[in-house]
Amino acid sequence: MTDQMAHFLAMGGYAIYVWPAYGVATAVLGFLVVQSVLAYRRTQREFTALERRRR
Amino acid sequence: MLRFANPARFMRLSAAILPWCAGAAAAAVAAGLFLALFVAPPDYQQGEAVRIMYVHVPAAWMASFVYVVMAVASAVALIWRHPLAEIATRAAAPLGAGFTLVCLVTGSLWGEPMWGTWWVWDARLTSVLVLFFLYLGYLALVNAFDEPTRGARAGSILVLVGVINLPIIKFSVDWWNTLHQPASVFRLGGPTIAASLLWPLLVMALGFTLLFASLLMLRMRTALIAAKVRAVRLVAGEDEAPFVSASSAKLGSVR
Repeated sequence: MTDQMAHFLAMGGYAIYVWPAYGVATAVLGFLVVQSVLAYRRTQREFTALERRRR
Repeated sequence: MLRFANPARFMRLSAAILPWCAGAAAAAVAAGLFLALFVAPPDYQQGEAVRIMYVHVPAAWMASFVYVVMAVASAVALIWRHPLAEIATRAAAPLGAGFTLVCLVTGSLWGEPMWGTWWVWDARLTSVLVLFFLYLGYLALVNAFDEPTRGARAGSILVLVGVINLPIIKFSVDWWNTLHQPASVFRLGGPTIAASLLWPLLVMALGFTLLFASLLMLRMRTALIAAKVRAVRLVAGEDEAPFVSASSAKLGSVR
């Protein structure tokens, strides 16, 4: 099991290229998802607060 | 088409579609990762390094596709002055920049072991770098104006001028000598790539497309709600900003 795992992680000797490639993709796309969701929630909160004050 | 592009209708439609689109994006990306890392065979020449392709190529397709979306939205914004089109262009730009960045970095990480270099100033790589700067330039330009409408208009013109770069990217591998290989999927006469490699690629590309669609809708919703907030503040007389564009005031009045 551990051997299989190590074999997989080694990526036939290309580990230092393959894993950073997947890492960068995850980081960049993950950042866009998190940033978009946070901005949406912040704006939504701002709007509901404003609505409540108007009433 | 424009009938459906009314902001209030967009808010209703996107609220209904977004959860499904985001769920499908997550499922497709997960399936794509599984296929790319566990199912796809190693290449007989490149070995396991070929797995970089499953992020690099879909990211590269998205880099151009997002720009096409922005160009169409920019044209609609300039011709019909449709406020949703401006918002769509602006919401798409950071996403396009992100995909282009992923394409450039993964390409570099693939180039080093296969070509023996991280970077060459050849036609394909340089034109994609120009695409990345077009995205950044657009974002810098639209944010440089005090009045949002004028910024959006200048940005739309920049996007349309930059369209000239897209055929250069596409055909750079045929027109010039380059280290980059020519197209093997979108070519006349059909794909030359083996099915075992093509499937993971297509599933990942579908995942990236759905992810883009989800984030685009979410960011457009954010922009529309922000416009409402600005309009309400303007009416209440508590807005500090000297300029609130007519279009954002109009959007704010739509419920």
